[in-house]
Amino acid sequence: MTQRDTPPQMAKDDESQQHDEIRSKRQPMTRRQFLSYTLGGAGAFMAGGVIIPMLRFAVDPLLQPKAKSMFVKVAEASQITEDPVSFKFSILQVDGWVESNTELVAWIAKNRVGEIYALSPVCKHLGCAVDWNTSPQHPSEFFCPCHGAHYTREGKNLAVAPAPLDEYEVKIENGFVYLGPRRSNTQVS
Amino acid sequence: MLKAVYNWIDQQLDITPIWRDVADHEVPEHVNPAHHFSAFVYCFGGLTFFITVIQILSGMFLTMYYVPDIVNAYASVDYLQHKVAFGVIVRGMHHWGASLVIVMMFLHTLRVFFTGSYKSPREMNWVVGMLIFGVMLGLGFTGYLLPWDNKAYFATKVGIQIAASVPLIGGYIQNFLQGGDVVGAQTIARFFALHVFFLPGVLLALLAAHFFLIRKQGISGPL
Repeated sequence: MTQRDTPPQMAKDDESQQHDEIRSKRQPMTRRQFLSYTLGGAGAFMAGGVIIPMLRFAVDPLLQPKAKSMFVKVAEASQITEDPVSFKFSILQVDGWVESNTELVAWIAKNRVGEIYALSPVCKHLGCAVDWNTSPQHPSEFFCPCHGAHYTREGKNLAVAPAPLDEYEVKIENGFVYLGPRRSNTQVS
Repeated sequence: MLKAVYNWIDQQLDITPIWRDVADHEVPEHVNPAHHFSAFVYCFGGLTFFITVIQILSGMFLTMYYVPDIVNAYASVDYLQHKVAFGVIVRGMHHWGASLVIVMMFLHTLRVFFTGSYKSPREMNWVVGMLIFGVMLGLGFTGYLLPWDNKAYFATKVGIQIAASVPLIGGYIQNFLQGGDVVGAQTIARFFALHVFFLPGVLLALLAAHFFLIRKQGISGPL
């Protein structure tokens, strides 16, 4: 009820007059507004209850913790020379409900200070597989047959490719070389 | 903010008359539960549609993980239910909603039957409703196989055997549904296709016809 409904001649004490003034300054909520807010709110709550689980379900791969890759025994440390040699090794790959062994390749060699390092053969240009010392024009280099990218023995990119070859984390234990997760090259700076 | 966006769109496209035409119509007193509580029986059709919308939404999301293949189907369902966040809820919506939609549809049919709403001039809409009933049962039957567990496999085997008992053409129906000599790889592939493409397409067309007819003819009068 607004003040307009009250006849002006009606007598009032101060307190109720003040009360009426406060009430008339506030925008009174209409029945229509109240109903639309209530129905809209309840509807949004119910729709959210349906939609939010589905959205969380859909983005689940983004929020799954990254699988930690294990170190895998690949070669005997005594076999490794200055010249890179390729070794095959396999890791367990968990892809949703499918678990499989994926075969990977590493080019393993010793650097100038005698430390063993392992390079990934995946070309940093467009992802072909590089090979060691296969191009007559680029002896003792990693060479990619797809677009002619080539790299030094430490994996430094010399042409075409925008970045040095990735390397595997290396761990030497009991005379064996163990390879771990892939990371960007630390042999060249 | 929302109002400004709406006004901007409305000013350029004049959409108000369109949704007014769809949404703004009188609800007769005899179907409004606020007037007579017993009028809640008139809600079953709307509830059927509401659950159908949830079925379509949850089904779309389930296909993000599900694989219709005899090797991977069970494993993918197991994965999406137990490993994916809210998987048990999303699959639960689809699983329980499938039963609920049949229940609601049946109650809606009973209401239409006992209020005599199917009589002329609404005979056509009764026929459309019966076709929707059939499509819904088809969706239930084809969806039941997809988890590829024992219950799914044998329910489908029995269902197809029932279909095969139809005189003369039973064998052809069986062959069409199985896609081969046994319930197997080809069956799950075609049940998936029927379940997510063909039957929902038919369902949406029939629902459009159902709603068009009810708006055209109006809700039947009070008893």
